Amino acid sequence: MKPVLLIDFGSTYTKVTAVDVEQEALLGTASSYTTVQTDIGEGLQNALTILEQKTGKLDFAERYACSSAAGGLRMITSGLVPELTAEAARQASLGAGAKVIRVYSYELTKKDIAEIIENRPDMILLVGGTDGGNSKCILSNAKKLSQAEPICPVVIAGNRNCADECEELLENWETHVCENVMPKFNELNIEPAQREIRQIFLNRIIQAKGLSKASELISGILMPTPAAMMAAMQLLAEGTESESGIGELAAIDLGGATTDVYSIADGRPVQANTIVKGLMEPYAKRTVEGDIGMRYSIWGIVEAAGIERVSSLSGINAGRAEEMIRFLSEHTEQLPKDEEWERLDFALASLAVETAMTRHAGTLEPVYTPMGLAYSQTGKDLTGVRNIVVTGGAIIHTRRTGEIAAHSLQNPNQLGSLRPARAEFLVDRNYILAAMGLLGEYYPDTALKIMKKELVRTTR
Amino acid sequence: MEKKTLVMGVIGADVHAVGNKILYHAFTGAGFNCVNLGVMVSQEEYINAAIESNADAIVVSSLYGHGELDCRGMREKCNEAGLEGILLYVGGNIVVGKQVFDEVEKRFKAMGFDRVFGPGTPPETTIEALYEDLNVQPPEECEE
Repeated sequence: MKPVLLIDFGSTYTKVTAVDVEQEALLGTASSYTTVQTDIGEGLQNALTILEQKTGKLDFAERYACSSAAGGLRMITSGLVPELTAEAARQASLGAGAKVIRVYSYELTKKDIAEIIENRPDMILLVGGTDGGNSKCILSNAKKLSQAEPICPVVIAGNRNCADECEELLENWETHVCENVMPKFNELNIEPAQREIRQIFLNRIIQAKGLSKASELISGILMPTPAAMMAAMQLLAEGTESESGIGELAAIDLGGATTDVYSIADGRPVQANTIVKGLMEPYAKRTVEGDIGMRYSIWGIVEAAGIERVSSLSGINAGRAEEMIRFLSEHTEQLPKDEEWERLDFALASLAVETAMTRHAGTLEPVYTPMGLAYSQTGKDLTGVRNIVVTGGAIIHTRRTGEIAAHSLQNPNQLGSLRPARAEFLVDRNYILAAMGLLGEYYPDTALKIMKKELVRTTR
Repeated sequence: MEKKTLVMGVIGADVHAVGNKILYHAFTGAGFNCVNLGVMVSQEEYINAAIESNADAIVVSSLYGHGELDCRGMREKCNEAGLEGILLYVGGNIVVGKQVFDEVEKRFKAMGFDRVFGPGTPPETTIEALYEDLNVQPPEECEE
């Protein structure tokens, strides 16, 4: 037996997962309440005690961690055209597991700079222009930023022809130059920026967040939690040299404050008469719906879907539903008390899943041309995706998991949304996905085999 | 010479892809750096691409006869987006039916297009005009 410990430092809970890499089996999971303010090691110790009550004493050979504590990796990005380099910067940051607080486009104003400083990001991503293209914007932004007191590292990933100049302008800031996120028009190149972001996270952010107190206990904090989740999904989809993956997939993480959606899929058009419009989206894409969540963002669900749909799905009249939702928004730790509350949570979870997947997936619009009918596609076509991984309390701890998850699929009332047409759902009943992303860094085969074993397949 | 950058594409709901590909090869071969947006391109797409790539010219194609509607207001939008003075070309089968080309040219010039090319214009004509307007020489390997 060779036990390895995987730790996920969250802002409220520390989750631990123990794995035996020799037997390629899950040993157990546990979680404990934490506060970063006191000592992150304490929460970890408590979680470990709970874990060992289940598994017996474990002598861990290795320990790895990911973290979303203290607000996670908070980033601000600045690009040129909103739909182009500014969007590329946002995609790069989200894919690296960051929480994107603000996206700026065009030239920054003094007020913008003041706002950036006030927001105290952990990192700034500065982009703009294709290689050899526009340099005026990024240079102006670097110059304006240089006039402020340095607060965090800046990643420069814009037009390569003025990278040096940007670096010189920002000489009093910590800067990291890497390849352009959009070297050619409409060509995304976000991986180099993501690697840089992760490296800075490793070297610097962890100390700044007080997480190093726990570092003597562990071999390393490797990445922000959403990046671990993304790594796990990519591993599950693609497989390794010796173990095949399950192919293209989407994943939904339904939380209390946000809902994250991932897709590991090509997303190109399936029909020949379809023309793709807008920025090419990344193969491994992550979106975060900050207004869609089961408790803190409960009103966002109502706003997006309408109280009538909450009412019709739950069978609770609108007035009563609103009253219950108000209660939940004020009591964010509240779990469903009885059958009526379960029905409400079912409706909310279903609509959250539907909204988040609709926003993540692309759209298809018919265009009537003199040459006949053609289609214009924006975003990714996920209609062919046959696997959807689901995680998050409200979707796992219910008997109606399949029914909720099915709301992520296409339905006849929303033609034009390129969500999966039909799929099997893989349920993360033990919350192991982030842990498997971490484990996959060192033991990809083991992590993949455990995921295949532990994720429970269901249809609706 | 330093390469000049062109943004090109077929405007509106027009899906004629062949001419677009031919022009792309011709322009690239003539020493231009081409951002080709393909077919069904909106005015906004040309403009956004020109901003990011710091383009020297926008070359609009249209073959299906609705070019006049599609091109209206393009110069004003360029000005609004900070692309004042960018070279704007249009060419192809740009109006409905067979009309006197002089009249068509006049109307498109009034819309702010610097050059207007009629049906059947060979790519070489446009390339010559680009060399002249952008004040560049053909690359040596292209000279005949």
